[in-house]
Amino acid sequence: MTVGLFVPCYIDQLYPKVGKDTLEILEKTGCNVVFLQDPLCCGQPMANSGYEKMTSGFEKPFLKALPEVDYLVTPSASCSYHLSHHLLKPLVSAEELAKVKELTEFLHDVAGIDKLKASFPHKVGLHLSCHGLRGLDLGTPSELKVPYYSKIEKVLSAVEGLDLVVPPKADECCGFGGSFAVFESAVSVKMGSDKMCGMAEAEVEYVAATDMSCLMHLEGVFRAGDSPMRVMHIAELLNSEE
Amino acid sequence: MKGTHANLSKDFITGSDKTDWHNNALWFLRAKRDIQRDTIEDWEKLRSTAAAIKDHTLSRLPEYLQTFEENAVKNGMQVHWAWDDKELREITAKILKDNNARSVVKSKSMLTEECGLNPYLEQEGFEVVDTDLGERIVQLRKEHPSHIVVPAIHLKKEEVSDTFHEKMNTEKGNASPDYLASVAREALRKDFMKADAAITGVNFGVAEAGAVVVCTNEGNADMGVHSKKTVIHCMGMEKLVPGYDELAVFTRLLARSATGQPVTVFTSHYRKPRPETTEHIIIVNNKRTDIFADPEFRQAMRCIRCGACMNTCPVYRRSGGHSYHHTVPGPIGSVLAPFYGKEKNKDLPFASTLCGSCNNVCPVKIDLAGLLYRWRQKLTDETSSDMSKKIGMEVGSKILKSRKKYDLAGSVFRWVPKGLLQSGLNPWNVHLPDGRKGRVFPEVPKESFRQWYKKNQEDS
Repeated sequence: MTVGLFVPCYIDQLYPKVGKDTLEILEKTGCNVVFLQDPLCCGQPMANSGYEKMTSGFEKPFLKALPEVDYLVTPSASCSYHLSHHLLKPLVSAEELAKVKELTEFLHDVAGIDKLKASFPHKVGLHLSCHGLRGLDLGTPSELKVPYYSKIEKVLSAVEGLDLVVPPKADECCGFGGSFAVFESAVSVKMGSDKMCGMAEAEVEYVAATDMSCLMHLEGVFRAGDSPMRVMHIAELLNSEE
Repeated sequence: MKGTHANLSKDFITGSDKTDWHNNALWFLRAKRDIQRDTIEDWEKLRSTAAAIKDHTLSRLPEYLQTFEENAVKNGMQVHWAWDDKELREITAKILKDNNARSVVKSKSMLTEECGLNPYLEQEGFEVVDTDLGERIVQLRKEHPSHIVVPAIHLKKEEVSDTFHEKMNTEKGNASPDYLASVAREALRKDFMKADAAITGVNFGVAEAGAVVVCTNEGNADMGVHSKKTVIHCMGMEKLVPGYDELAVFTRLLARSATGQPVTVFTSHYRKPRPETTEHIIIVNNKRTDIFADPEFRQAMRCIRCGACMNTCPVYRRSGGHSYHHTVPGPIGSVLAPFYGKEKNKDLPFASTLCGSCNNVCPVKIDLAGLLYRWRQKLTDETSSDMSKKIGMEVGSKILKSRKKYDLAGSVFRWVPKGLLQSGLNPWNVHLPDGRKGRVFPEVPKESFRQWYKKNQEDS
């Protein structure tokens, strides 16, 4: 099985470890992993700011890569959501579109977690990133009356010693929201700060999520508030050996 | 720009101690809603059914409006059609004048708020008293409702106490809710007795019966309608349902979604006038045909004004309803507002993180986040631009479209001094009003993933 790895722009530039961990996890599952050099960005930063039309051309490297891989995997639920619900949706068949998978989704639905050996004996609070939860159906959102499930929790069961906590309001937005974080900074930071308080009340050492963008915002709020809590992408948890 | 959601919400957050309290007050309603949701086995099916009924009704709206009018007229109601806000105001004033009514008691109606009815009637010399307690409070303070179901949710009881002391001479400093409610009740009783006419909003119009349905918790609509010789119901044209079977779906959803009650205390059906009474229904368009005509946005017409999207919205809860500077605030308000002025409301579809929680609580399943996303695309095209944002996006998109430019930009980025990235020049970094830091920029790693990958491959 050939998997194309898409490392989104901000993970590439600011969180290379998440890219490395994702690459290693995918290799551990036995996939033939090809790092896709050409796709740089899904276009979401512009599109969510109202400039979707500026992203024409962003689709080209994805359209070139898709036929050459069985799956196109990325460690970012919101980029995956944007690719499958906006950028590529009008351009490719449903079958091709289904190849686009967020990391947790890929591990849960396709590759399985049997070959992953990880351990992280710490108390970790789960932040349920909006696009993963409500956009990609990675779990049950608190608003809906549907039977409880969580692909994220199932996948994280591969991590030995992990004390995973899903605090109240785990699925309330962290306040990142792309350019919202800058143009509506007062509300954005307030939301991040409330998330910090909720996690602190749950007495966790780390906050984990499927999206580094939420975590970049939260990390910024944690550090500004001198919180000892640290952020970790789920790929980092799944590739830990402590 | 002054007066935008970003600035007004900043004032609400930094200029008052209300944010957490406001957030919790609305979350309380969301939590009550979740409890009520769990009492209904087929809750999700009920939502889908409601959405389908609304879509059906909207797809045949002209027919249903005609049926409604015919049946209402048969029942003895007088039906009027108002194309816009101005016509609603003028028709209302004419009815009042024709019936020699000078004073009016009015039950809750966001439609009349939307159409500016109160200020117009007052200007024309009528006396108007809002009789819903929350609306009465904001009326006394000369404010607008900050929420469509709980209009005074932005006020603490101490503020209500001060307002009542000033306007109704209540005991200074007595903020007991029981005391304040009993004083308001007594005053409103007198207003009910004195008034010449009653005006109500409408929650549902039942086409097969020509009847209107008004849901209240205080019974104030009934107090007016049952005691006045001149009665006016103001109804948005999207409020129709085909019949009573369909109505039942909505009465199960409305109060549960709105306030977490199984049903409103009063669900009043007004079908025909009492003897010697004239009862009017004004069917109002006011841009609804514009929304109806737009295939992308037509689903917004399903809205039953329950306010659930506001109660769940993490942005609304923290920024207060007035920061939306439009009659209807929150997610649905931001979808509707640009129809009432693109330029003045162009900031509202951006006052959201697109988290999608509103979509999931909406009893008629409006894709609110999706519609906000669509508005963002349209508004950047159709209104004046924030040039710094536009240029930033243009530069960003050029860099992200080309490997060469991207690699170059990545290298330049790594040369930017840390002090600059961590300074106030970087809009990511936020300082709180007390001088403390609110958010800082991440540490920039020495190499990007791409650089590491290339090196790693060369090594192996």
